[in-house]
Amino acid sequence: MSKRLRVNPLRCTAHGVCAGLLPELISLDPWGYPIFAGGPVPPDLEPLARRTVSSCPALALLLEPVPPAGPVRPG
Amino acid sequence: MSVTSEMTEVADDDAATRAFGSAGGAGLPRLLPPVPARDLRGHLEQYGGPGLRGPALISEVERAGLTGRGGAAYPAGQKLRSVRERAGLRGAVVIANGVESEPASAKDASLLARSPHLVLDGIALAAEATSARSAYLCVRRQVQADALAAAIAERGGYDPVPVQLALVPERYVSSAESALVRYLNGGPALPGFTPPRPFERGVRGRPTLVSNVETLANLALVSRHGADWFRSVGTGSAPGSALVTVSGAARHPGVYEIAFGTPVRDVLALAGGGGEIGGVQAVLAGGYFGRWLAGGAALGTPAAPDTLRAAGASFGAGIFLVLPAEGCGLAETARVVRYLAGQSAGQCGPCFNGLPAIADALEQLAFGQGGGGRGAHGRALRWLRDLFGFVEGRGACHLPDGVAGLAASALRVFADDVRRHERGPCLAARGRPVFPVPSAAAGAATPRASALEARG
Repeated sequence: MSKRLRVNPLRCTAHGVCAGLLPELISLDPWGYPIFAGGPVPPDLEPLARRTVSSCPALALLLEPVPPAGPVRPG
Repeated sequence: MSVTSEMTEVADDDAATRAFGSAGGAGLPRLLPPVPARDLRGHLEQYGGPGLRGPALISEVERAGLTGRGGAAYPAGQKLRSVRERAGLRGAVVIANGVESEPASAKDASLLARSPHLVLDGIALAAEATSARSAYLCVRRQVQADALAAAIAERGGYDPVPVQLALVPERYVSSAESALVRYLNGGPALPGFTPPRPFERGVRGRPTLVSNVETLANLALVSRHGADWFRSVGTGSAPGSALVTVSGAARHPGVYEIAFGTPVRDVLALAGGGGEIGGVQAVLAGGYFGRWLAGGAALGTPAAPDTLRAAGASFGAGIFLVLPAEGCGLAETARVVRYLAGQSAGQCGPCFNGLPAIADALEQLAFGQGGGGRGAHGRALRWLRDLFGFVEGRGACHLPDGVAGLAASALRVFADDVRRHERGPCLAARGRPVFPVPSAAAGAATPRASALEARG
């Protein structure tokens, strides 16, 4: 099952650790908050992505299953 | 006194809510009768008791094609069904959203003041249909809460679950679904991180239906009259009627009920038309969360969510702000965006950094001394387009998306003005503002302080 990276913007405080560990998929905006490359995480990068998630000092980074395509959910 | 409360008073005045049905929609008014039925007896005389209930009502609402009137236009039947399916033994929760934090909107306050029992009927019916055990009605002003408390008391044991009133702190983002859920769970009235969304996991962990008060009033009417009646006004893709708030340079600003699909020009005509000299330059459709619609031929666009979206604008919560020929669209947009930037809850970095930067760049375009392509003007324009990408989709709520969309539509609709402002601000930009923008101090907070509060 393919995974994607997501950040909880309420928790993220722009440490920038993620972009340092996983520059293949994460860059930083002008204020230091992460921007992700589009699409699912390539399988060969998944172990590194997992390590990056556990290294986030704010516990803001998430590696989660790509949600199934379908109609937009309510709310 | 805030601009909104002034407008609400205008809207509460019977004279302001005129010209029903003259928008070409047979069978209006539905929601705002000329003689308001404020007490329960008058309400029952006017509308009779509810008809369809429970799962049958959900199916009827799906057939009716009722959509949410809070701005997102999500199918109401599908939302009811999603909550009902998840209710199970623990029961669901219903939240009626009457917070209306958009400064240019007065329709929810108007509806609650004039037809409170229609909304309360809708809450009762939604609670029954979703197997809810508790229901909340959220508003933002004490006078509304007092009037509604009296209406609720009048109903006695009439409703399946008691309706609890909640007074929500006044701030632009506090009417977001996830903000209401957080507030009722004892947290701050600020947007939360989703998913899980309220219909999955909301108040006290229960599936929660968050529905705008106008949507619920329509639910009460569909229960009585059915889907065919509901669809007898409006368009195939946007059936029914909608409450709109017309203001800005309109001659008679106020709340009106229109049939979906009424051309924007005719919606403005209900409010006496706009623009003393030279007519309507443009309309900010959808309010401060909306998009600009150019004057001229575009004013023939049918007022409905799908048609306005296709025209690059927005129906949102039914807000139409008229910019007169002598106004400056860039200046109005810059002021609105500065206000919205001040309304950031300060929770998400791209929002509390990006929105003030967008406001700065827009102010440079609107009020700054030019400099052409290579000067400050050109730099602001290029930076602005980068900033849209840096904020869109990057907040817990949609405030950053709304600001980027509004600013981008201003650059599109006022492209000629952007060029003219290369030589410095126009006369209109130095003049009096047309649109109501609350003072920056209202509800503003220092970003980090509220971020800490939010996490606490």
